[in-house]
Amino acid sequence: MSLPFYVSPEQVMQDKAEYARKGIARGKSSITLEYAGGMVLMAENPSSLSKIGEIYDRIAFAGVGKFSEFDQLRKIGVRYADIKGYQYSRDDVRGRALANAYSQAIGDAFTRELKPLEVEVIVAEVGDPGLVGHDQNEIYRIQYDGSISDHQDFCVIGGSADEMRSHLSANYRTDLPLGEILRLGRAALARANDGKASVNEDNLEVCILEKARIGRKFRRLDADELRQHLSG
Amino acid sequence: MRFSGFGSGSEARWGYDGSSFSELLQIEYPHLAFDLARCGNLERLNVPHGTTVLAFKYADGVIVAGDRLATEGMRVASRDVQKVYATDDHSMIAIAGAAGPAIEMARIMRIELEHYEKIEGQALELDGKANKLSQMIRANLPAAMQGLVVVPLFAGYDLRRKQGRMWKFDVTGGRYEEAEFEATGSGGLYARESLKKSHYARASKREALEMAVQALTDAADEDRGTGGIDTVRGIFPTVIYCSEPGIDQAPASEIREVYESILSRRSNGRNGAKS
Repeated sequence: MSLPFYVSPEQVMQDKAEYARKGIARGKSSITLEYAGGMVLMAENPSSLSKIGEIYDRIAFAGVGKFSEFDQLRKIGVRYADIKGYQYSRDDVRGRALANAYSQAIGDAFTRELKPLEVEVIVAEVGDPGLVGHDQNEIYRIQYDGSISDHQDFCVIGGSADEMRSHLSANYRTDLPLGEILRLGRAALARANDGKASVNEDNLEVCILEKARIGRKFRRLDADELRQHLSG
Repeated sequence: MRFSGFGSGSEARWGYDGSSFSELLQIEYPHLAFDLARCGNLERLNVPHGTTVLAFKYADGVIVAGDRLATEGMRVASRDVQKVYATDDHSMIAIAGAAGPAIEMARIMRIELEHYEKIEGQALELDGKANKLSQMIRANLPAAMQGLVVVPLFAGYDLRRKQGRMWKFDVTGGRYEEAEFEATGSGGLYARESLKKSHYARASKREALEMAVQALTDAADEDRGTGGIDTVRGIFPTVIYCSEPGIDQAPASEIREVYESILSRRSNGRNGAKS
């Protein structure tokens, strides 16, 4: 029997992190922004496979990286939320608990498995002005190694996050109306787009969490509505 | 959260991987999906029962209505229980039978439809929803054999066929689509007889409301279990319309108005008949 080579834990972690980062950088980015009426989640996505999904009444999910992996995470999140809401009440399903669970699971996979998950996800929860203590928007970002952070105003995940982030830092203002926030989001996504001037709206996937809606606040904008908002 | 063992390569690593909430409950969380049938004979158990619910088609789609009374044997268990529920934007369920399991079934049905829609990215067809409900009723058969019978009505607007549709069920999960109207529960027979005389499929929304309130009033008249309209306490039946734009509930004020006009007609000696 041959002895395995010794590899230091640091080296292993570095290699895994690099592998995951490379995988994520190959894909397109996704952004989540707060606006006057709630939150908007956008991704450049020419395919019909969704990167953004509804988790629960006030909670949405966005993922980048390897589709099969983040889509599985999305489904697990839906199961988690529905079971929790069934067991307790709909108001007990909160974004922070879900984000923590994601962080645990993704972190676990990172340390235990040979291949880390090549994903980065956002959990967004829109505040409900009618619920005392639940009236703030929350954005959590979970990275491939399970590290979790919370964000205000906006959050970017995916390959060219830095360029987009700097564009948003320079141009973001609080309480923008929907049309303006969508135009800002598109402009930010275009920053990642190999210097191309703008992103075609047919290639945009846009979902919103609308504060004003009763019950399920998640809504997917169809192409016509999106075009209207972007041109208006 | 069941994410442990992520990425181990085996099928089991994700746990249950389907799109059904009720299956998820049974497979992964059996402690939450308690089977009442394990408790032996439940027939002598005095639990609240729902009484009369009805559904019929009208011009724009389908309407479902139910009184608000739940009875425990000869006693009133609750005067304002809700027996008609929207299960999503285009379907609704009306429950009759043992109120506890029936309300639970309506709740699981609602989560089931939402769950499927979120997991799959698109809603079930109306036929699919009805079929799923019939499986849930069949799964309740052991409890039904012991006395806890749940037999709902299911109705909704079929967005592909552009029409309202409705189904009744039996305890074995048998699913029967009805073409015009249906009523069930202790006063169901009387409500159905009333609808037989008054129903016509091209009725407007207002006429549909009149037919529904009339049928419930007739049922309450003949069946001691069915709650009449309680103007003193302000308890009115639940009436929900379902048409292409979605679900719409009739406001109590309108039901009161319709009810009062029926009463005045009747006190003028013109019983059910319209002037």
